[in-house]
Amino acid sequence: MNQARHSGVWILAEQSAGHVEPVSFELLARGTALAERRGAELTAVILAGRLSDRELGELIARGADRVIAVESPQLEHFLLEPYAACLGELIARDRPEILIAAATTTGRTLMPYVAVKAGAGLTADCTELDIEPGTGNLLQTRPAIGGNILATIKTPRRRPQMATVRPHSTRPAPYRACPYRAGPYQAGSDRTGPHRSDGTGRIERFSPAVSMLAGGVRRVGFVPIDEQRTIEDAEAVVVVGRGISKPGNLPLARSLAKALGAAIGATREVVDRGWLSYSHQVGLSGKTISPRLYVGVGVSGSVQHLAGMQTAETIVAINNDPDAQIFKVADFGIVADLFEVVPALTEALGRRRTGGQQNAG
Amino acid sequence: MRIAVPIKQVPETADVKMDERTGTMMRDSVEAIVNPLDLYAIAAAIRIRESLPAGECELVAVSMGPPSAARALREAIAMGIDSAVLVSDKAFAGSDTWATSYVLAAAIRKLGPCEMIICGERATDGDTGQVGPGIAAWLDLPAVTYVGRIESVHDGLCRVRRLVADGHELLDMSLPGLLTVVKEVASPRLPTLGGKLRAKQVEIPHWSAGDLAVRPDRLGLDGSPTRVVKIFRPTVTRRCHKVAPTDQDAIDAAAGSLADALADRGLL
Repeated sequence: MNQARHSGVWILAEQSAGHVEPVSFELLARGTALAERRGAELTAVILAGRLSDRELGELIARGADRVIAVESPQLEHFLLEPYAACLGELIARDRPEILIAAATTTGRTLMPYVAVKAGAGLTADCTELDIEPGTGNLLQTRPAIGGNILATIKTPRRRPQMATVRPHSTRPAPYRACPYRAGPYQAGSDRTGPHRSDGTGRIERFSPAVSMLAGGVRRVGFVPIDEQRTIEDAEAVVVVGRGISKPGNLPLARSLAKALGAAIGATREVVDRGWLSYSHQVGLSGKTISPRLYVGVGVSGSVQHLAGMQTAETIVAINNDPDAQIFKVADFGIVADLFEVVPALTEALGRRRTGGQQNAG
Repeated sequence: MRIAVPIKQVPETADVKMDERTGTMMRDSVEAIVNPLDLYAIAAAIRIRESLPAGECELVAVSMGPPSAARALREAIAMGIDSAVLVSDKAFAGSDTWATSYVLAAAIRKLGPCEMIICGERATDGDTGQVGPGIAAWLDLPAVTYVGRIESVHDGLCRVRRLVADGHELLDMSLPGLLTVVKEVASPRLPTLGGKLRAKQVEIPHWSAGDLAVRPDRLGLDGSPTRVVKIFRPTVTRRCHKVAPTDQDAIDAAAGSLADALADRGLL
């Protein structure tokens, strides 16, 4: 493969119901750092039913030099085959050097399919990305073996170099208003300049051919879950462990979650007992989460659970067992009866909030 | 109809040794089990067979791994899978997910027409979830991932619920097609007495690279696009600030200072 023919850093942005998903802005932060190191243009690709210039402009305001919006009513919701065909077509035309996506249900499904079709290497669920001095290769670092070790992986001979990035593993790129012009898609690897070279962004709209939209899967319905916030999206998660004793005690944790603006997660024991549904489960056989704040309530911290949460930014553990494993990865620990600590913490948070409002007033 | 169930043998604990030089796992040092998330794929496949008239559905487990991975396949048979194939060759050693899905796809093609392929969401050791979608790409099949329920399978169509962050998508997939399933899809099956007997007696064919329609330059470490260049222990940056309050006043004080500390970190 002639690697010199590949240039440019791409991120795969995601949308839902006509709005760009915030995880896209985390990718722009990653992409900006890589594009600067490579002296390359940063492109955000997004597939959607239809997105306004204003929505797409936010991708430019947060770092993209160029946005490619692939739009068709059939692309409103993620479906593997049409998404893969459209993304594959753009890769073939533009030959990016690097393509990163979020390790969401969409990214973790689409990227391996596209990587096979493109003959490209792919690394899952990275927490660090860097450029190797000299070779310019993408260095992709990810937790492995339940998070006990980190592995750095590269793709020396294939392009694009592809990676999915763990959500919340970096802060979103800041918003800085930037002018842009909008027009049709133009295959563009031959006119790729360095990042932010001319101070304006471009929005290019691409209408896929009918053949790219074919596929064997049809979306016939959607049932939203009743939780307001899901554990994968939430900046804060309160996780309930077996220490909660019975489902009747869950409101205690819910009050704390409300005070923190947090989603509710659960350990495997709690899900296996049927106290909360599987969509709440954190750990090796559930979700891997990386929120800014994790609060474990009566969580002992099995190896399997720790694997699913230890990259959280700040970890708080409340458990009456001083030897609980969770304290080994925690920043703050309170060793006491959770039935006393949780209400006290909820109240302290509530007091802070009303106090803060008085100060602000 | 035939359903293929690709499974993986994984180390029992998360505490496995790594070969520092190649960055690959040393699989000999620990007890090996069937990837726990594959048990849901096995159970989902058995449930589909049970919903169909006897003899209409055949379940075949396929595993790529060292010769000892035959034990994982025998376990799958003990749980109710009908037959199994082991895909094993020194040439496959060091395969990344791209090369692994290539070989598994070739093995599934060799089984003959499969209406469905059902995979676990990911393996607990590699933790990538890339092999399932990769197999679908190699075989040019439609695929649905994160399936929490299989509603129906008939007339060349299967209706599934896909678990996503904010709910369940209801999707119809034409067959043949591939599913990756999550825990909600079915309860794991325990080995049955009859199953255990069959597992002991059944012959498990052993396919090597020469038995498959594969290109040698796509196999193993050399055929894999990705390379592990370094493995290292994460530096422990957390030092737990731990308090053990013993009465209500001390608990209130601990809660108050925790709230302050979280506010200092900009978390409130």
